Amino acid sequence: MKIKKENGAGIRARRVVAYVVLILLSFLCLIWFYILFINATRSHAELSRGFTPIPSTYFIKNFQGMQHSTQPIMRGMLNSLIVAATSAVLCTYFSTMTAYAIHAYRFRMRKFLYTFILAVMMIPTQVTALGFIRLMLKMGLMDNFIPLIIPSIAAPATFFYMKQYMDSVLSLSLVEAARIDGAGEFRIFNVIVLPLMKPAIAVQAIFTFVANWNNYFTPSLILKTEKMKTLPVLLAELRSADFLKFDMGIVYMTIAFSIFPVIIVYLILSKQIVGGVTLGGVKE
Amino acid sequence: MQQAKCLPAQADRHFFRETGMLTPEENTMNNKKSKVVQYNRWGYIFLIPFLVTYVIFQLVPLADTIWNSFFENYRSGLKQIGPNFIGLANYAKILSQGDLWKYAGNTMIMWLIGFVPQIVVSLLLGAWFTDPSLRLKAQRFFKTVIYLPNLIMASAFAMLFFTLFSDGGPVNSILMNLHIISQPYRFFASVAASRILVGFMLFIMWFGNTTILLMAGMMGIDQSLFEAAEVDGATARQIFFKITLPLLRPILVYVLITSLIGGLQMFDVPQVLTNGTGDPARSTMTMIMWLNKHLYSKNFGMGGALSVLLFIITGILSIVVFKFTGTDTDK
Repeated sequence: MKIKKENGAGIRARRVVAYVVLILLSFLCLIWFYILFINATRSHAELSRGFTPIPSTYFIKNFQGMQHSTQPIMRGMLNSLIVAATSAVLCTYFSTMTAYAIHAYRFRMRKFLYTFILAVMMIPTQVTALGFIRLMLKMGLMDNFIPLIIPSIAAPATFFYMKQYMDSVLSLSLVEAARIDGAGEFRIFNVIVLPLMKPAIAVQAIFTFVANWNNYFTPSLILKTEKMKTLPVLLAELRSADFLKFDMGIVYMTIAFSIFPVIIVYLILSKQIVGGVTLGGVKE
Repeated sequence: MQQAKCLPAQADRHFFRETGMLTPEENTMNNKKSKVVQYNRWGYIFLIPFLVTYVIFQLVPLADTIWNSFFENYRSGLKQIGPNFIGLANYAKILSQGDLWKYAGNTMIMWLIGFVPQIVVSLLLGAWFTDPSLRLKAQRFFKTVIYLPNLIMASAFAMLFFTLFSDGGPVNSILMNLHIISQPYRFFASVAASRILVGFMLFIMWFGNTTILLMAGMMGIDQSLFEAAEVDGATARQIFFKITLPLLRPILVYVLITSLIGGLQMFDVPQVLTNGTGDPARSTMTMIMWLNKHLYSKNFGMGGALSVLLFIITGILSIVVFKFTGTDTDK
């Protein structure tokens, strides 16, 4: 009896510790975005007077200031949206197709190609960047979205996720049945396989979109003119410009503008996203 | 599920037998070989988009990078030097110069500052979330919050930290209001503060992701082991160190190596935070930031040699991951 009582008290104490640590960590995760939000609502004069935790009334003013700032931020947002959305569509569609090729067909090179794709999964884009840039120079594709979009067709990590998901949902008897009904292979893939893969496609579409939305390394090497640049490149430019000349309210608004869309989408889809991390077990 | 799917097929077979037609199975038996081969040809067709894209945008650039690492090819002022074939001279130069080791050291130090607290906190949170006797409430809320920073644009996050920790920024303002300091602290003039800030940001961005991965591993452990240990009177600490941790080793190795590979690619955060200079005194300059410099100055020889070295290190680390996770390619 005594032991049990101690145990109960121990659990209660551990629970309190767990909650305290969790709340502290949540605070550490969120405080930056809170300060960012507050500062985006304040004017340059207010900001230079120091920090207060209460929002001010300059949100709309700062937003308008950002629209008319020297950097084409709205254009950058549109560019980011185009690159990220098309990459997400191409990446998920063709990764599913690649996974289906390995999953459904037994051809001679199958095992070799499967092993090959898994083997190259870990190669970072940075180590091939040099050859990539030289190739894009030769092909005349600098300052173009093509080098940012087309390569996402070949995404080994997304392929791996799709393959694992396919192993659990797609039975080949279904494909056989469709064949007997006279459906062509391409039609089977589009009409039967793709709808079955919807949950996995949704998760990977989000991850690919976010990865491309946030990507800085390759776009900064490829995009040269102001009106082609994506948000991360413009933000880095903001950092390199003479900082003191800027209206800080507009600077905070620009940062907020590139961060908050992702946060809003995340809050809507958090269940699928957090669930999706474990499903593939692939850290990108 | 599987059985339920079989039933209509059996009914169909019955129908075929009664009507005297060949069943689909028999039909395929007759021309199985040709049909199967004919179908399996589609495996190649469906692989074309991946392979073509991969060869053009990854393999050719990789080969070109390796090829370039054997040439002297850079600009000195307005003069273009090379390309001249110089064998392994770029490698000899890069390995004998102090820069590579300095930047590799910087990268490792900042990675460790982020990774050590990350793995400790993630193990702790994972153990708490999966402990049935603890019954933590609002788990989904906490998981959502701790994963959030992982999705934030690293360059925007770095830009945010630069403004927040600048000399006249909110953090100095708060610290001064609380009378912790009387003068603004110049975070970006101090080697330790700059490195800790980079490590701290990486910690904030990645611990949620690691927690979720470790949790999945912990939930995969047979629950009866925990129950048996509890019956035997083991404390939570003993259970964690004697059962959870040893059984978690494969996943821990996976997390460690993938994080190390990610650490080698460290770029966005220190690049934007220090405006690409790696200041103070190049103490936050990472290897990829250095590579980026070579790419901008079109020093393809040295850039190539650096890329190949990074490629080799990543390759070795990847093989370790492969061995540990034992990915099955037979299925």
